[in-house]
Amino acid sequence: MRYSFLSILKNGLSGQSGWKPAWRDAAPKPAYDVVIVGGGGHGLATAFYLASEHGIRNVAVIEKGYIGSGNAGRNTTIIRSNYLLPGNEPFYEWSMKLWEGLEQAVNYNAMVSQRGVLNLYHSDAQRDAFARRGNSMRLAGADSELLDTEGVRAMYPFLDFDNARFPIRGGLLQRRGGTARHDAVVWGYARAADQLGVDIVQNCEVTGFLTEGDAIIGVETSRGPIRAGKVGLAVAGSSSRVAKHAGLRLPMESHVLQAFVSEGLKPMIDGVVTFGAGHFYISQSDKGGLVFGGDIDGYNSYAQRGNLPVVEDVAESGMALMPRIGRLRLLRMWGGVMDMSMDGSPIIDRTPRPGLYLNSGWCYGGFKATPASGWCFAHLLATDRDHATATAFKLDRFRTGHLIDEKGVGAQPNLH
Amino acid sequence: MRIPCPYCGARDSAEFAYLGDATPTRPDPEAPDAQDAFHDYVYLRDNPAGAHAEWWYHAAGCRRWVKVERDTLTHVVSQAQFAGGAE
Repeated sequence: MRYSFLSILKNGLSGQSGWKPAWRDAAPKPAYDVVIVGGGGHGLATAFYLASEHGIRNVAVIEKGYIGSGNAGRNTTIIRSNYLLPGNEPFYEWSMKLWEGLEQAVNYNAMVSQRGVLNLYHSDAQRDAFARRGNSMRLAGADSELLDTEGVRAMYPFLDFDNARFPIRGGLLQRRGGTARHDAVVWGYARAADQLGVDIVQNCEVTGFLTEGDAIIGVETSRGPIRAGKVGLAVAGSSSRVAKHAGLRLPMESHVLQAFVSEGLKPMIDGVVTFGAGHFYISQSDKGGLVFGGDIDGYNSYAQRGNLPVVEDVAESGMALMPRIGRLRLLRMWGGVMDMSMDGSPIIDRTPRPGLYLNSGWCYGGFKATPASGWCFAHLLATDRDHATATAFKLDRFRTGHLIDEKGVGAQPNLH
Repeated sequence: MRIPCPYCGARDSAEFAYLGDATPTRPDPEAPDAQDAFHDYVYLRDNPAGAHAEWWYHAAGCRRWVKVERDTLTHVVSQAQFAGGAE
């Protein structure tokens, strides 16, 4: 069924009895053209674009738990394309363009809201760096505006502009950035892929790979072996664990990132604001809760929960930025496992094992990349060529020296 | 999370700076395969889900490097000793 005003009206008049499940809970077939491991946003987007853009519909997405149960359901839902380096910015801008057309493409309300992303700066040096970043964004076709203090004050008069240590001097604004409803992105891609014939197989854990010599020709799963022409991994924080089954060691560490949501409030912050003197980003959900987060905890972890020092750090950053949230109570906090790569940038590439492809290394910025990640990974799986915006995301760039280190901190994943 | 520093006793992890996996060892730069070996040493990690040996620096304490055995699934620390070995 196509979702539309008419379908709402029709079902409203017939007691909401006509709605069908949005996708089939498929059982695995013995063989597919392409098997995508990982039923998060990236895996489902890949399957959707394989079917819709490349006509490859004999595809399965296999997921250990239920779809969207990993980082796709744990992020702070921010979408933006405000990167600096030429290897990154065209890719993220392509993602931004796909976000803008996503709801029409998948016929699902993903609540994409271009409410603006404002990165604050607090010093002359930081203003120069942000001006450069803004120019770099414009070179790739993205939008950016450099605001001074008064420009920021007009948008958010309640910020602590005269903070003694970190006065707000202005900000870099991307008006096209914003937020999207994270679960709806997963469900929208799942439903659209399913309608094109993609099998979504849940509760199906990969326990090994089927091999023929060096080549990967399928996966061993908890629900039996599945043969595949090509296997694509999109398993985020579990990349090292799954790749190990294929004998691969990755340039990656898994780290925990925490996020927080407060009790519901009346409308207060209508965009996304980030603090430039620490790591803190905040927006308000449509339910009214303030959604915010900060740095990763900084040590290897698969625990999906973090520790108190980072909670304190996030709270302090929040207070330095907007003291008015000081008496707010937290509703929930949670942790997700990040695939922190050695230069802070992702990998969309073949692997040394023929037939096995890798989509990984998203660090704590994978949500905004969901559409382009799926688009470019599908392009690679279908054509065996890199998509024009993803040519830099090579697995062997650490060997060749073509790193994409936005922060310039080197091979230290906990600092990216 | 508390790290049992061999000198200071159990201390808040916030007192420590984390370096990462303690298992890679610096290869011989004179060896014929040094380029490959350094690539592995600098960039590739086992990244295990479970027992993990790692370096923590007690920056706000005794300023010693500590080698910690910690489970990455539970955060339970099973062992900690000075980087140079037991004293």
